[in-house]
Amino acid sequence: MDRLPRWADLTLVPLVSLLFAAIISALVLLAIGQSPTEALKVMVDGALGSPYGWGYTLYYATSFIFTGLAVTVAFHAGLFNIGGEGQAQLGGLGVALVCLSLPWPHWTVALLAATCGAALFGAAWAAIPAYLQAKRGSHIVITTIMFNYIAAALLVFVLVDVLRPTGQMDPASARFPVGAQLPALNDIPGFNLIFQRPVPANVTLLIALAMAVVVWALLWRTRLGYQIRAFGKSEAAAKYAGINPVRITIIAMLISGGLAGMMSINNVMGEAERLLQNSSEGAGFIGIAVALMGRNHPFGVVLAALLFGFLYQGGAELGLWTSIPIEMRIVVQGLVILFTGALDMMVRMLLERVFGLFRSAKAVRAG
Amino acid sequence: MAALADTLGRQETAAPFAIELRGISKAFGPVQANKDINIAVPKGTIHGIIGENGAGKSTLMSILYGFYKADSGQILVGGHPTPIPDSQSAIRAGIGMVFQHFKLVQNFTVLENIVLGAEEGALLNTSLGKARQVLKSLAQEYGLNVDPDALIEDLSVGHQQRVEILKALYRQADILILDEPTGVLTPDEADHLFRILRGLRDQGKTIILITHKLREIMEATDNVSVMRRGTMVATVKTSETSPEQLAELMVGRKVLLEVQKTPPVPGKVVLSVENLRVRDEDGVERLRGVSLEIRAGEILGIAGVAGNGQSELLAALGGMVKASGVALLNGAPLPLAGPGADGQSRREAGVAHVPEDRHHHGLILDFAAWENVAFGYHNDPKYQKSALFMDNAALRADTERKMATYDVRPPIPTLEAKNFSGGNQQKIVVAREVEQNPDLLLIGQPTRGVDIGAIEFIHKQLVALRDAGKAILLVSVELDEIMSLSDRIAVMFDGQIMGMRDPARTDERELGLLMAGMTGENAGAMKKEAH
Repeated sequence: MDRLPRWADLTLVPLVSLLFAAIISALVLLAIGQSPTEALKVMVDGALGSPYGWGYTLYYATSFIFTGLAVTVAFHAGLFNIGGEGQAQLGGLGVALVCLSLPWPHWTVALLAATCGAALFGAAWAAIPAYLQAKRGSHIVITTIMFNYIAAALLVFVLVDVLRPTGQMDPASARFPVGAQLPALNDIPGFNLIFQRPVPANVTLLIALAMAVVVWALLWRTRLGYQIRAFGKSEAAAKYAGINPVRITIIAMLISGGLAGMMSINNVMGEAERLLQNSSEGAGFIGIAVALMGRNHPFGVVLAALLFGFLYQGGAELGLWTSIPIEMRIVVQGLVILFTGALDMMVRMLLERVFGLFRSAKAVRAG
Repeated sequence: MAALADTLGRQETAAPFAIELRGISKAFGPVQANKDINIAVPKGTIHGIIGENGAGKSTLMSILYGFYKADSGQILVGGHPTPIPDSQSAIRAGIGMVFQHFKLVQNFTVLENIVLGAEEGALLNTSLGKARQVLKSLAQEYGLNVDPDALIEDLSVGHQQRVEILKALYRQADILILDEPTGVLTPDEADHLFRILRGLRDQGKTIILITHKLREIMEATDNVSVMRRGTMVATVKTSETSPEQLAELMVGRKVLLEVQKTPPVPGKVVLSVENLRVRDEDGVERLRGVSLEIRAGEILGIAGVAGNGQSELLAALGGMVKASGVALLNGAPLPLAGPGADGQSRREAGVAHVPEDRHHHGLILDFAAWENVAFGYHNDPKYQKSALFMDNAALRADTERKMATYDVRPPIPTLEAKNFSGGNQQKIVVAREVEQNPDLLLIGQPTRGVDIGAIEFIHKQLVALRDAGKAILLVSVELDEIMSLSDRIAVMFDGQIMGMRDPARTDERELGLLMAGMTGENAGAMKKEAH
C-alpha cells in the first residue's frame, strides 16, 4: 500500500478521525432528540468562547499534558503504562505531604518542593511494576492496572486515618497553608489582562509546557532517550548493542510515573488546595487517549491535551445549559478515543486509498 | 514467441509450453516490481530464474501462485489462458509451490501434513489411507522416500523439504516452483535435491527454480531467465552460458566472482577461546566446548549448516548471551558471563560485531540511517555534544561520509533503515562496525540477502581489514564464501568444531562431510574412497 506523505500522516489522519467522531456524535444527539448544532455551539461557547471558558479548558489540558507525556515516555520504551491514574493519585499524596509539612514562606519554594514530592511519589508507585516487569517478566499492563486499585484504596486509608484533621467529616486533608497556594492565571501579571475573573488554570500550565519540551529533548536529543527508543523498537537489537533492558525498563517507568505524579501540582496544589479522594478524576486514563492521539510526540500530546480539555469543559457546559445529559460528554470522548486511537488504521487506509487515486490520476495525466 | 521456443530446444515448437507469461506487469505504488515480463517454460524442463534481491523474482512467482494480481498481462498454463486470482486456482491449474520457509505443522506427522487442506470426507482416516497409498507410489516413482508416520519436528531439514515437494505432488502439481530451496541445506542435501528434481523432470514434471546462487543454476537447470530491476533481461540455455555472463546480466556490469587476496600474514593471537559452552533458554547445550584461536591479519571462517552452534558462538563472543569457558582478547580475559559480558563492554574492548540477522539485531528498522550508525556506539565520545546531549549533527555528517565511502544508495542519512535494500542495509551495518577499526571483527552471514554487486564490495572491505592486521571471525552458511574468504576454516557440527582445514587443501566435499558430522579421520577416509 502506498504510504501517506508525512504532513498528511500528522495532520489529516487525526483531523479526519475527529470528523468521523463528530459525525457519529451528531447522529447520537439526533437520535436522543437533541440538536447537534446547538450542542456544538454550547460546547464551543462554553469552552473557548470566553477567557473564563479557556481558564477551565487550559486547566484540564494541563493535567492531560502531564499524563499524556507519562504514557508517551513509557510507550517509547515499548511499555504500556496504564497506571497513570494511580501514579497521579500517589503524586497527590506527595504534594499534600510536602505542602502540609512546613509553613512555606513563598509559593515558588513550595512549588519546587511539591513538584519534587509529586514526581518522587509517582515514580515510586511506578517503580514496583517496573521492577516486576524488568526482573520477573510480569506484564506491565496487568501490574499497573492493579496498582491503580491499590493506590485508590491506599489513598482512602491515608485520607481517613492519617491526614484527615480531627473533627472533619469528609475524607480529605487539611487546607494547605497560604504559602503553598499557587497563583492562578488571573493572578499572574500579563495573564491577568486576559483572565479577569478567577480561573482554575494556574502556573502549573507553564510547567506542563516546559515538561513537553524536556521530554522531547530527552527522547530525541540525549543518549538516554536514544537508548529508550532503541529498546522500545527492538529488545533483541538493544541486547546486541549492549543496552541493559532492566535498566532502561526501570528508568523509563520512573520517568513516566514521575510525570504522571506531577499532574497533581495542577489539581491538588493549584486548584483544590487540599488532597481529596480520587483527586485525579480519571485524567490518568485520559492520558492514554491523549498520547495515542498525539502520536506519542510531546508536541502532539500538547495539542491533543487541548482538544480533550475542550471536550471536558465543553461537556460540562452541556450539562449546565442544555437538557443533554452530562453522560453525553463521556459518549463524545469515547468516540474521539475510538476513532483517533483504536480506529486509526481504518482512517489511515482510507486516506491512503484516496491519495493513491490522486497519484494514479496524476500519473495518467503525466503519461 | 515462436522464435524463443526455437532457441529453447528441448521440445519442438508445436508443443505448448507448460507455463507462459505474457506481458506481466505489477507495480507497488511508484515501484515497478515487474515490467512487461515474458517467459515461456517448455514442459519437462528445469527452468532457473535468477536475479538479485529486489529484481522481482518473488513478485513474479507470487503472481503465478495467486498471491498478487498482475496489473496487466496474461498467464497461460498448458497453452490455455488461465487467470490465477488465488492460490486455490493455482493448485487447480497444477502449480505447486515449495516455499523458502516451510509451511509445515511441526507436531503433525508427515501424512497429516500432506493431507492438510486436502482432506476429503468427514472422517480423517479415509484421506489418510488414500494419502498413504499415493505416498507409496510417489516414493517409488520419484525416489522421494519419507517415513509417513514420522513427526515433522523429528525430520532433518532436507527431509522436511521433501515433504513440501510431496505435498505439491499429492495435489497433482505438474509445475513445481521452488523458492531458494538450498538456503537451508548442506551441499550433500542440495545435491540430493537436484537429483530428485532431475527425476521429476524426467517423469515429465516442469520445475521452476528461483535462486540467487549461480552455481546451482549451472548445475541443475536446462534454461535460465535472468531478471534485473523488474525486467526480464535474458533467457538462455544453461549449457550455452557461463556464471560470469549470468552475473553480468544480473548486475548490469562486469563482476569479479573470485575474491582477490594475497596470502595472509598472521601476527600475534588476538582471540583465544577455550572450552566455550552455551546453553539456550531450555537448558540445551548449543555450544559444547569450542576452542579456537584467531591471529591478527587472519580470517577464520566457520563453516556449517545453520543451527549447529555458529549463532551461539557469535552471540557469546559478542556479549549477547551468557557462556562458560575461557576467552582471552589480546591476552586479557574477556568476561563470558556477569559484569562485562555485554555488547557495550565488548565494543569498548575493541570487538565489533556484524550480526547474522541485521533486521532483528544489527539495525533498528524504524530508525533513520544516521541513528543506526550510532547504534551500539551511542556512548562513543565522538557522538557527544556535552555530558547530556548527543551530537546529532556530527552523527549525520559521519553517516554521510560513511554512505559515500560504502556507496550506500540512496545516500540519505535521514531515510529510515527499512527503506533501504538488503545490500544497502548490510553496507550500513558493515560500515558502522568496520569503521570503528576494531581489533576483532565478528561477522555472521555477511552477504545473506545481499546482491552480487554489494557482495563484491563487502568482501573487499573484509580482506582490506584483514590486511590492516585485524582478526576476523567469519560465520557463513555459504560454503563458497567461506572457501574464498577464509585463511583457515573451522567446521562446526552440533555445537562442536569437527576440524580445522586449510582452504587451499580441502574441497567442498570434505567440508560437506565434516558439516554432516563425520569426524576428521572419517571424512578424510571417505574423501579418498570417493576419489
